[in-house]
Amino acid sequence: MKHYEVEILDAKTKEKLCFLDKVEPNATIGEIKSMFHRTHPQWYPARQSIRLDPKGKSLKDEDVLQHLPVGTTATFYFRDLGAQISWVTVFLTEYTGPLVIYLLFYFRVPFIYAPKYDFTTSKHWVVHLACMCHSFHYMKRLLETLFVHRFSHGTMPLRNIFKNCTYYWGFAAWMAYYINHPLYTPPIYGEQQIRLALILFLFCQIGNFSIHIALRNLRPPGSKTRKIPYPTKNPFTWIFLLVSCPNYTYELGSWLGFTLMTQCLPVAFFTLVGFIQMTVWAKGKHRSYLKEFRDYPPLRSPIIPFIL
Amino acid sequence: MSFNLEVTGFRLNLFFFFFLLNPDIFVTVNVLKFPTDFFIWSFFIVDFTFFFKFVLFYSVYVLCRWLVLAMAMLRFYIKKGTHKGLYRSIARTLKFFQTFALVEVGHCAIGIVRTSVIVTGVQVCSRIFMVWLVASSIRQIQNEESVILFLVVWTVTEITRYSYYTFKLLNHLPYFVKWARYNFFIVLYPLGVIGELLSIYAALPFVRRSGMYSMRLPNKYNVSFDYYYCLIIVMLSYIPCKETVCLEPTFKLLQTSFSCKTHLTHSKGSKLAVRMRSINKKVIGSISSISENYG
Repeated sequence: MKHYEVEILDAKTKEKLCFLDKVEPNATIGEIKSMFHRTHPQWYPARQSIRLDPKGKSLKDEDVLQHLPVGTTATFYFRDLGAQISWVTVFLTEYTGPLVIYLLFYFRVPFIYAPKYDFTTSKHWVVHLACMCHSFHYMKRLLETLFVHRFSHGTMPLRNIFKNCTYYWGFAAWMAYYINHPLYTPPIYGEQQIRLALILFLFCQIGNFSIHIALRNLRPPGSKTRKIPYPTKNPFTWIFLLVSCPNYTYELGSWLGFTLMTQCLPVAFFTLVGFIQMTVWAKGKHRSYLKEFRDYPPLRSPIIPFIL
Repeated sequence: MSFNLEVTGFRLNLFFFFFLLNPDIFVTVNVLKFPTDFFIWSFFIVDFTFFFKFVLFYSVYVLCRWLVLAMAMLRFYIKKGTHKGLYRSIARTLKFFQTFALVEVGHCAIGIVRTSVIVTGVQVCSRIFMVWLVASSIRQIQNEESVILFLVVWTVTEITRYSYYTFKLLNHLPYFVKWARYNFFIVLYPLGVIGELLSIYAALPFVRRSGMYSMRLPNKYNVSFDYYYCLIIVMLSYIPCKETVCLEPTFKLLQTSFSCKTHLTHSKGSKLAVRMRSINKKVIGSISSISENYG
């Protein structure tokens, strides 16, 4: 069994950073990354991007050395991805914020509204309903992050946490300010509008949860296999016949329900921005599905059936 | 044939410029403006297939318009001796020109000018914001010195910028124009920022008193907007935004232009091949450097 020699160069300056000899042929890129980390402790494996070509794609951790198109002396190029933070941490932080912030506004903590309104409650029942829905939504997201989701990438760049938290926390504060304001105006069509909106919201929340469970069941624990999702016995997953990313469709539906329920322009704006971002993600996901699987069902659209 | 059209077009633009400068017709310039515009635009449509010349015509056209505006301002000042009422006299023309600059965003979107759409978009939007939402809508500040300051700065900046583009595209760049482009902005940029900020600051009390462009609770959309605080936020974010959107592209321009000079010195082969190669290089060089300059 001949051993490989691995040489790691910097992708930009091409200087030799590390030379590893006696590397097993069946070593994975992940193991090479940890060996590199031992020589350069400041670059932990999640931060390393190892590639065959300075301008090429990053190699995956599971790639085995002997299956790569390299000779017995393999040359890899290294790029520093910058400080990384785990997805779970980011999700937990960005979802706890809106939960807490909305409740601060709901209980009318001092210094937000005029002093005579401190710690009062709104006289409209739709405001209490909106608080319950909003809190339920973010609790659901927190629990899904902890118990349901299976992440393919472990980490993301550190600056993302600031960007994402500003977005979620900022919008939550903006929405909560108006919904819990003493001068809030309830929806024009009253009970009917609120009831319809509530049904839509709950339907989409259950749908969203079903999709997350279905996606989790596609992938056995610990593996990173990619498969086409198909409809299961759960009726909420039948939307897989028409849409590639129904979790985003249901998310859009939930927020539309919340907008109708509160009839608040900042909420509508938040829904719109979220929709634009989710459409971008859905289109990317749809494209990668089409590229990866030959037999991908042609009827499916990225996010909205037949339209988008 | 195409070269003739380019020269003819340029001469026609010059002709219209001098025509409009004639003192006797200045009074009727507002009436004459629109037919003139249509005539010049028909040139653009005819030459639309040659992007190189379209950019040239556009540069000349915008240059002529800003020169007309400069003449109008100078003439008003000479006649009246004061800057009061100057804004009112050029308000309509200025609004038309600045709104028309949205076309440049279209240029970037189509791809004939290779600058990012966002950078151009932000620059054009900040100009339109100043003209429509601050100077034109808040009458009481129109006689302020700061308004005149930023108008003068804009005029000088735009004239140097578009004359630089025009001469560069015609491959006859006088040293003075190049020097002006690289050096004027050092003085003009801070002056412009000061003028704009002072104008917004002067407008604040009038906005607060009149409550314009604001929406209060309660209303059926459950939203409120206060133009006064919006203006304060704009003032605070002015310098960081301008720094990223205007200064950085200008610094990039300085760096790349100085390095481009070395390319054109080496050539080999027959005289005809050398000429062809240098013409090609100049054309491609102009187009790529225009894209950097447009930022």
